[in-house]
This record gives sequence, C-alpha cells and structure tokens, in this order.
Amino acid sequence: MLEGLLIGLQTAFSIQNLLMVIGGCLIGTFIGMLPGLGPMSIIAIMIPVAISIGDPSAALILLAGVYYGAIFGGSTSSILLNAPGVAGTVASSFDGYPLARQGKAGKALTIAAIASFCGGTIGALLLMIFAPALSSVALLFHSPEYFALMVVGLSAIAAFAGTGQVTKALLMTVLGLILATVGEGALFNLPRFTMGLMDLQSGFGFITLAMAMFALPEALFLVLKPRTANTGDSGEIKDLRISAGEARSIMPVIGRQSLQGFFIGVLPGAGATIASFLGYAVERNIATKEEQDQFGKGSVKGLAAPETANNAACTGSFVPLLTLGIPGSGTTAILLGALLALNVTPGPRLMIDEPQIFWSVIVSMYIGNLILLVLNLPLIPYIARVLLIPRNYLIPFILFFTLMGAYIGQNNSTELLLLVGFGICATALKFADYPLAPLLIGFILGGMLEDNFSRSMQLYDGVAFIWERPMTLGLLTIAVILVFLPGYRARRARARAAGVADGD
Amino acid sequence: MALDRWIALVLLGICVAYGYTAWFTMDDSLAPFMRRNPIWPSTFPKILSVLGIVASMIILLGLEKGEQKPGDIDYRRLGEYKVGQAVALLGLMVAYALCLRPVGFILSTALFLILGSVILGERKWHVMIPVAAVATFAVWYLVQEVLGIYMRPLPGVFGV
Repeated sequence: MLEGLLIGLQTAFSIQNLLMVIGGCLIGTFIGMLPGLGPMSIIAIMIPVAISIGDPSAALILLAGVYYGAIFGGSTSSILLNAPGVAGTVASSFDGYPLARQGKAGKALTIAAIASFCGGTIGALLLMIFAPALSSVALLFHSPEYFALMVVGLSAIAAFAGTGQVTKALLMTVLGLILATVGEGALFNLPRFTMGLMDLQSGFGFITLAMAMFALPEALFLVLKPRTANTGDSGEIKDLRISAGEARSIMPVIGRQSLQGFFIGVLPGAGATIASFLGYAVERNIATKEEQDQFGKGSVKGLAAPETANNAACTGSFVPLLTLGIPGSGTTAILLGALLALNVTPGPRLMIDEPQIFWSVIVSMYIGNLILLVLNLPLIPYIARVLLIPRNYLIPFILFFTLMGAYIGQNNSTELLLLVGFGICATALKFADYPLAPLLIGFILGGMLEDNFSRSMQLYDGVAFIWERPMTLGLLTIAVILVFLPGYRARRARARAAGVADGD
Repeated sequence: MALDRWIALVLLGICVAYGYTAWFTMDDSLAPFMRRNPIWPSTFPKILSVLGIVASMIILLGLEKGEQKPGDIDYRRLGEYKVGQAVALLGLMVAYALCLRPVGFILSTALFLILGSVILGERKWHVMIPVAAVATFAVWYLVQEVLGIYMRPLPGVFGV
C-alpha cells in the first residue's frame, strides 16, 4: 500500500495534475453553485475536455476535482440562498439557511467547509484501506460472476429508488440496456436495431445520452419555471469563527457521519443524496432533547451532519467503480464512461496494471479536499457573485455547452439532433417522475453486461453457468430478492395499516 | 390516466416493437454456421424485451402503489409555465444543429447565443452582442487551437 501511495504521490504532484485538481475544484465549485446544475451535468459537460487531455490519470483527477467542487458549490448556494444546486446538498439547507438568516452565514460556511473537508479526507483514508482488499476478492470473479454482479448492481439501483418507484427505475434500466444494444453487437459484427441508418451503426454516443438525460432537462426546467431566489440576506458575510464549544459538539458528528456516509456511498444506488438525508435524520434522532429542538432552526450539528456525509459518500462511491468497474451512481457511471473512452477499464486489474491511475486518484482526493478548504474560506464572498449572472445569459450558455459536448465527442451533427430528441424524451420522463440515472447506468453497463453474458454462454454452451457456479447463482438470487423486497415490504406495510393480522 | 401511465404505454409500444424485431425478424439474416452458436445476436435483446414489457405493464396497470409526492415541477400546471420559451429554445437547438456545418461555427454560435437570450426576454443588445462574440471566439480558440479539434469557422462558400 505504501509503495502504491508513493506512486500516487509522484503522479499527483506533477505540475499538470496539480493544475487539474485546482482547475477541477474551481470549475466544479462555480458551476455547482448555479441552481439546476448538478454534478452529473457538470461532469458530462467536462468530459470532452477531459478526454482530449489524453492522459487517463489527469482526466480522472480533473473529473474527480469537478465532482467534489460541485458538491461543495452546491452547499454554498444551499446555505446562502436556500437554492440547492445539487440534490446532495438539499439537507444542508435545512439548518444552513436558518443560520445564514440569523447573520451567521460566515459561520455556517466555515462549518460546511470544515465538515466537508473532514468527510472527504476520512473517506479517502477508508477508500485507501478498503479498495485494495475488495480488489483482491474481485480477482476471483470470472465472466459469469461479472454478469451476475452487474445484474445485482442494476437491481440494487432500482430497489433503492424509493416507494412506488421501483418498477419505474427497473423499466428505465431496461430501457438503458435496450438503447445499448443499438449498433453493432458484442460478439457478432452485425448491425442491430439501426433501422437502416448509417449514423446508428456505432450506437448512441454516451456523452450525447448523458447530456440529454441530465443537463438538457435541468436547463429546460429552469426555463419553464424560473426559480426565484431571494438574495436579500447574503450581502454581508462576517463572523467566520466558530467557538470552541461548537467545535466540540460537531466533532463526534463529523466522526460518525464520515463512516456512515462512506459506507452508504459504497452501496450501489445510494449516493450523496441519501447519505446526507440519512445523516441528518440519524443525528437528529441521537441528539439530546434541547439540541433536537434546534434542528431546522440553525443547528450547528444539523449542518455538519449532511455536509460530512455527502462528501464521504462521494468518496465512497469510487470504491465499486475503481475495484469492480461497476458504478454505484449516475455520477460515477459518467466517470466510468469517460474512463472507457480513455481506454482504461476499471476493475480489479486496474490496481495491478495501472497503479499510477488508481493511486493518483486517491492522492488527488486529499489534495482536492485541501484545495476546497483553502478555496472556500477566504473566497466565499467572491464566489457568491456567480449567483448574480442573469439567467437570460446563463441558459443559452448551458444549452450551448451541452451541444458542444455532444458535437466534440462525435464530430457529427446528427448527434446534435439525437441530443435534442433524447432531451425532449428525458424531459417528459422527468415530468412523469421517472428516475433518469438508472437509464444512463443501464446504458453504460449494457455493453459489458452483454459481453460477459455472451462469453459465459459460450464457455458453458448454454445457460448452465447459472446453476453450475455457486457464486453466480448466489448473486443472481440476491438480485431477485432485491427487486421483490420493496414490493413485499410495501404490501406488508399496507396490510398492517389496514389492520390485517401479519403473523408476528 | 396520469402522465406516467401514458408514458408507460409508449414505452410498452417501443418494447413490443423491439421484441418483435428480436424474436421474429432479426435472425433471418443470420449465417447458417452462426446458428450453431449457443448465443445469437438476438439472445440478449429477447430477454430485455420480455423484461421491458413486464415492467411497463406493471406501471400501466398500476400494480405498484406509491404515494403521490409534489415534485419539483408539476405537468398538470404546464399552462402556467413558459412552455413557449422552452419550445423556441429547442427549435433554436435544432436549427443550430442543421446550420453548424454549412454556416460555420463562429456565425452560428454567435447567433445561437444572441437569439437564445432574445427568446428569454433579454433586450440589452449592447451587452448581449459583445458577450456572445467574446464567448464564441474563446470557445472556438479553445476547441480548435488547444484541443486540436477541427471546426469549420466560416461559411462553406469561403472554402475554409
């Protein structure tokens, strides 16, 4: 591990990569503050830039920097304006905005900065410990297990989608898989489902789809329903200090939430958003009575909990990506797509074949967190000015960057028409409350899923691999349970609510 | 019928069409020696079409109960939103896609940015035009010179 760390330090401390971290964090923070642009959209917009860098470590460092920056920037606008730029920071506004209203905006931002820093750093430490361990287990996996593992990952994403959303998430995943089969097939070089169109021969571009699923609907929502943020209170930012008593009270919160957030982040489907809400709920439940009354009215603990948890979860979500090659969230799915485009296949071999990529990303996490801390404390008053860009200028630029992203990736203007078409579909799906992240995850995993499935079929001359390999069977059973569990629990809950006896 | 079920109906149609291709028409072009393979190009799509049809039927028939939560934006109040602007911007994007090659990057991008602001109700021409011009040149310079991706800057008639 020490050896790896040294390789990572060597790579991450090159001038180019340091600039990448700094640039990524700055870009992420600035764009993350804008309401309506989440980390997924920002990373999707940044991918063409990252790919054209060419060096996979530098590209991944840049994108990871953008990721932390976006979560960080989101908390700034949550606290100052009660307009969360990112779903993962919604919970930060519960207590952050009341604090800002009380004239303690500076204090709130300081707490957010420190909590994020601790969450991110502790998360990176845990990642360093757990990733190699998981990676050595993952080497036991063969094609059938990979296939089964991806099925588990996809069903977990659907299963954690929330009440009444499981089938929708499942349908979106299947739709993503269906879109992935368009173009030339995995083992046979036959065009499939191209409807005779030459432009579809190579399949849909993943950047096009990512832009259409996230950036475009969010921009259109901004047009449809202008969010009115009241900027009245954010003018003065003073009193950055936190007292020793406050520091003592948030210390245990930060410790607990770093661990909890990290492990929630590791789970597929659960990401920074769930981690932050759960962190907030847990801390409120275990707080003393008088502290509980403070929650929602500007509690220091209530702000520290989600801020720590969401940053730790961001780091945690890198574990399945880097060790198994399976993204747990929409954001890491986009990162996976970028890595594949750079000819790097994340998975258990990554640590052995290309240790400099693996370790430089971990080292860059420390650097990134440090930079965000330095950035956030003194620059806050200036950063907040970004929020003053009028939307009449902002929206055309967002649309233009989505178009450019799709165009640069493929150099094909048909791709732009596809982008608009998919964007309209995605907006309709978003209206009807269909989750869009599963679609993209399905699309990205689709190719690999089919490859591994086909390879297993050929090795075993049929579907025998399902019952001849115990691990495959076990994983597929877990997948089935995951899909049916939410429905079963909902039925039980309804039965109990209706007063019907439930056995125990 | 609620919008999510209408969408489920549309998706069901897509899955049925996809499934029809996978089950019935796709294998016709398969070479005879390939038929001895345990896996065909249509195997995976067949599984997907079944899953897709089942999932969309469940939503269509409303078998999964979920609580209605007020979303970020409500389609039932679509009339109160600025639909016109959104549609106009989408039209502008299509126009941009069609113009990018023949008209050239610089002109079409500058026009896109200016018209985009105009659609959103901006009328400060003295701010809008310089901002669009500077942004266009900056992006073109970045893409062309720094990233090395070729973009035709001027209309095709100039032969560049």
